[in-house]
Amino acid sequence: MTYNVIARPQDASAEDAAAYVESPTSYLRGFAKKALVITELEARKLRHDPTELLTRAIQPMLWLLVFGEVLTRVRAIPTGDIPYIDFMTPGVLAQSVLFISIFYGISIVWERDLGIVQKFLASPTPRTAIVAGKALSAGLRSLSQALIVVVLAVLIGVSVDLDPLSLAFVVIVVLLGAAVFSTLSLIIACLVKTRDRFMGIGQMITMPLFFASNAIYPISLMPDWLKAIAYVNPLTYVVDALRGLMITGGVSEYGVAVDLTILVAVAAGLIAIGGRLYARVGQ
Amino acid sequence: MTDENKEAVRTDKLTRRFGDYTAVDSLDLEVSNGEVFGLLGPNGAGKTTTIKMLTTLLPPTSGGAFIEGLDIAKRPSAVRRIVGYVPQMLSADASLTGYENLLIFGKLYEVPPDELKSRVRKALDMMGLSEFGDKLVRTYSGGMIRRLEIAQSALHRPRVLFLDEPTVGLDPIARRSVWDMITGLRREFGTTVFLTTHLMDEADALCDRIGIMHRGKLAVLGSPQELKEQAGVETLDDAFIHFTGDSIEKGGNYRDIQRDRQTARRLG
Repeated sequence: MTYNVIARPQDASAEDAAAYVESPTSYLRGFAKKALVITELEARKLRHDPTELLTRAIQPMLWLLVFGEVLTRVRAIPTGDIPYIDFMTPGVLAQSVLFISIFYGISIVWERDLGIVQKFLASPTPRTAIVAGKALSAGLRSLSQALIVVVLAVLIGVSVDLDPLSLAFVVIVVLLGAAVFSTLSLIIACLVKTRDRFMGIGQMITMPLFFASNAIYPISLMPDWLKAIAYVNPLTYVVDALRGLMITGGVSEYGVAVDLTILVAVAAGLIAIGGRLYARVGQ
Repeated sequence: MTDENKEAVRTDKLTRRFGDYTAVDSLDLEVSNGEVFGLLGPNGAGKTTTIKMLTTLLPPTSGGAFIEGLDIAKRPSAVRRIVGYVPQMLSADASLTGYENLLIFGKLYEVPPDELKSRVRKALDMMGLSEFGDKLVRTYSGGMIRRLEIAQSALHRPRVLFLDEPTVGLDPIARRSVWDMITGLRREFGTTVFLTTHLMDEADALCDRIGIMHRGKLAVLGSPQELKEQAGVETLDDAFIHFTGDSIEKGGNYRDIQRDRQTARRLG
């Protein structure tokens, strides 16, 4: 059977597609490019409607201005050579990264219902690149929080280390932390599949992740069972790295290099798992 | 590995089971290059499942399928480069502009960067959306969103375009504009179009051939005219009832129907 066809498609030919063989380098290049396209998409959305970034900023401000100021006067928590408010500032930043990232995965639930997930999956985009791109956009959102926390901290007299190199590392730690928690959130969303169940689990894990960490008190004060949880909680390593990098006189207990290694490994592992689960959401 | 004489789509005993339920049952089907092919059937007949397998979203349980000679199971990433897909739901991103929706998908489909912007503008133009390119999609009408989505899926000049119920929930005028676009794509780029529909007049107006699916199997295959003659009836509606019998009342699970209604509601 023949049909009245004027022109053949100029690209996307079957021959090209058949000849398309992925080498590790072309895969990596394609992976990075596609992940950045997904991040660009999310960044454009934020540009159209940045309301969430502003409303999210309220909570860390309260933590610093109310909780921090009061507890600094009480002097109940041993924080070494630095004032309590300096000790908790990295914890508040880590917390706002956690809070803005941990509910990020819910977008998967409605993107599936809208067919957006299916459209991404039908395109020649590696599944892990989609997940990595989303992780990076959660990082972008988190950076807006970091900016607010750092500025506020400087204003209330926290001795923030403003050395550019330290700040660059703070950016990296924030991006990694956001990648870890947003991808964890995406994995939960892929597994539970409904908004209600997701919100329930999100609420359930947020506070334990926050309190079972070194964010607002040192791990040394904890009972042993809580210590055990704190050690496997990625937030602990986000806080620990930020404490060493952000605060003049702040001490990273495990060393920034160790923290970074742990966070990179956890983020990579979660993104790999997330990619597999994300592919199944489109079915 | 491929040659020009390969069918655009060929399935070989394509089967998908969900537990005990067989959604698609040994489907054998061929669609030629440049053809507009319509897959019809009651809710739950297996149309969407078939499209999901052909677009590599869902792995078959057994059997196989080839797009332009490429095996969907062995070469999924190659297949994704040459197909376009518009799901049943309204899937354009409402919180982006029409222009941005096209731009992002152009990048995901690796449209050459030097051509991307001109292609996006041309697509907006072709869909009659030029004036609305910088408006957020949430301000679009249902017909405009559908046209945008089809433009989105055709930016990379796919060989085969899969449209899952492209006109569900649209008013007659919007429906007609979508039909014009589909025939326009075929005329301009030789795109093979594989669509599903419930609407007999749509199948009659658009499709070179149609296949009617019934309980996961192909009940009948032919041109609209052939089907009417074979059933000895005047309209395609009657032919449809002839070939699918009384199954219509029973077909369609909760989720299918919920999805139809959601799409219809969003189209308002």
